[in-house]
Amino acid sequence: MADINVNTVNKYFGDVHVIKDISLDIKSQSFTVLVGPSGCGKSTMLRMIAGLEDINSGTISIDGQVVNDLPPKQRNIAMVFQSYALYPHMTVFDNMAFGLKLEKRSKDEINERVNEAARILQIEDYLLRKPKQLSGGQRQRVAIGRAITRKPKVFLFDEPLSNLDAALRVQMRVELAKLHNELDATMIYVTHDQTEAMTLADDIVVLDTGIVSQKGSPLELYDKPNNMFVGGFIGSPKMNFMPSKILSKSADSTEVDLMGMSKISVPKLSASSSEGDAVTLGIRPEHLVVNGDADGSWESKVFVVEKLGDVTYLYLEKDGEPLVAETEGHSEIKVGDSVKVGFPAGRCQLFDSSNQAFK
Amino acid sequence: MNKLYDKIFKYGLQIIVIIFCVFPFYYAVMTSLEGSAAVFVPNFFPTEINPKNYIYLLFEHNFPNTILNSLFVAIVTVSISITISYFAAWSLSRVNFQGRSMFLFVILAISMFPQIAVLTGMYQLFLNFKEFYFNIFDLRVKGITSLLWLCFTYTMFNIPFTVWVLTTFMKGVPKEIEEAAIVDGASSFLILRKIFLPIMTPAIFTTAIMAMIAVWNEFLFALTFTATNSDRTITVGIALINGTVEYEVPWGSIMAASVIVTVPLVIITLLLQGRIMSGLTAGSIKG
Repeated sequence: MADINVNTVNKYFGDVHVIKDISLDIKSQSFTVLVGPSGCGKSTMLRMIAGLEDINSGTISIDGQVVNDLPPKQRNIAMVFQSYALYPHMTVFDNMAFGLKLEKRSKDEINERVNEAARILQIEDYLLRKPKQLSGGQRQRVAIGRAITRKPKVFLFDEPLSNLDAALRVQMRVELAKLHNELDATMIYVTHDQTEAMTLADDIVVLDTGIVSQKGSPLELYDKPNNMFVGGFIGSPKMNFMPSKILSKSADSTEVDLMGMSKISVPKLSASSSEGDAVTLGIRPEHLVVNGDADGSWESKVFVVEKLGDVTYLYLEKDGEPLVAETEGHSEIKVGDSVKVGFPAGRCQLFDSSNQAFK
Repeated sequence: MNKLYDKIFKYGLQIIVIIFCVFPFYYAVMTSLEGSAAVFVPNFFPTEINPKNYIYLLFEHNFPNTILNSLFVAIVTVSISITISYFAAWSLSRVNFQGRSMFLFVILAISMFPQIAVLTGMYQLFLNFKEFYFNIFDLRVKGITSLLWLCFTYTMFNIPFTVWVLTTFMKGVPKEIEEAAIVDGASSFLILRKIFLPIMTPAIFTTAIMAMIAVWNEFLFALTFTATNSDRTITVGIALINGTVEYEVPWGSIMAASVIVTVPLVIITLLLQGRIMSGLTAGSIKG
């Protein structure tokens, strides 16, 4: 059991305010992913929880105990680094046993725990090798193994998969998810890759320039982004954004202009907006209906076609603004064709001029 | 054709450099093996092989004693300066404290200081040290005073250099390795002993050899602070080798002595060259 509470934490690097009044509650045994573009403070946040970075104000508590002044070893955490950070002069076994030896565990217990971790991670055959004799994926397993052996209450992962090639990354991602089920520990995971975030997380925390942009389950973030940043960050390819303006408001919907060609009634409201306000209309490529009927539609020429097998992405353009639409894998549409894209009103998002979403 | 010219050019240059560097040593070896008359005939190959210079130095002269003195000074100096600078390098590369870069700069500035500038001051200190030392210790061991003082001054002049070099090496060790050890629960001292020391071993050997060569070759202080033949170090010892008559320079013996003192350095370097800079952190981080 290890809830983590971060309470109005601030962090400055010199004059740079990197973490701004962040508060977070991370539930025991959950898998929480901190995600955001580089420089958003996600790694700093993780390092503060680990105790590798001091905090300027606020409190961090693990399991109800304030840990601001505790060194990392007393926080009952383990961390996996992006660069693996294995001890190059030690064998895999010694790398994994190092923490246990420092805890003065008995030889039998060390053996048992290291072998157990090696079994889980399938690195039993490499226990006597040095890190330089291992491939990238094996090294990353050792780094994870080093964390597992100590049986910490909290696992911290700092972009652990970003040094691996694409195929290995997918495989390790699945194994991490499996590991989380097996270990029942609280895991906090930092990544800039929204796919990793979506697939692994119970809860995603989207960070943007030192503040929490939104926290929620992957689908919450996908379906109901709080603002344009989250809308654009979650999902691949990115959500399409089009400038628009409010034509009229009713009790349960807002009617907006659609590309200056038609209009659409989106079932979203915002009290602070009024008729004539400029808004941004957002819709994901996979929700656009190509050559089909929907609540609003628009026609355009296709500039680029990307065939991925299972789906095809069509790149359309309107006044220099690109728009991506998804259609079926074996689409007959070619470059230069004119297509009609339908906008289902229920899938549209509206963002006001300060980029906040309509509810 | 071009390739051939390239090869000739490349190897030709290498041969020139090798001859330029090795020829003096070769000539020293050759001269040391010749008798006193043959020394003055310029030639490329020895006309006779005669070990008498070596026999004279090793068995009829106090030269072995100077080698022992030099070894003592070198070992003491290098071990003290490496130990101190290892810890200093850690704080200078890893601990964030006020004025760290200024501190590094001062160290660099000190290492540029010419020895001659402090010589008189050091001599005065030496006299005080001698007095202090005699008062405290039994007179029976006073012969070692000069050597201890040499160790002290050499350490002083060596530390800026070794600190600077080791700091640079230690900065090259990825920070994550240290952080991983911190998370694993290691104290700073333990990290220095169990993590950094093995990783830094090649760097430490490299630095130690460079420091050792500097000490081995030092002349000015060794000449100033040693008064009797029993505490000469090799450089002074060689300089003071006398001929049989007043105006004779005994080239044969001097060359033999030079060869003898070069040999330990060559052996050490050959023994350790495999360890020098052999991939500091291979396998630890990505790639």
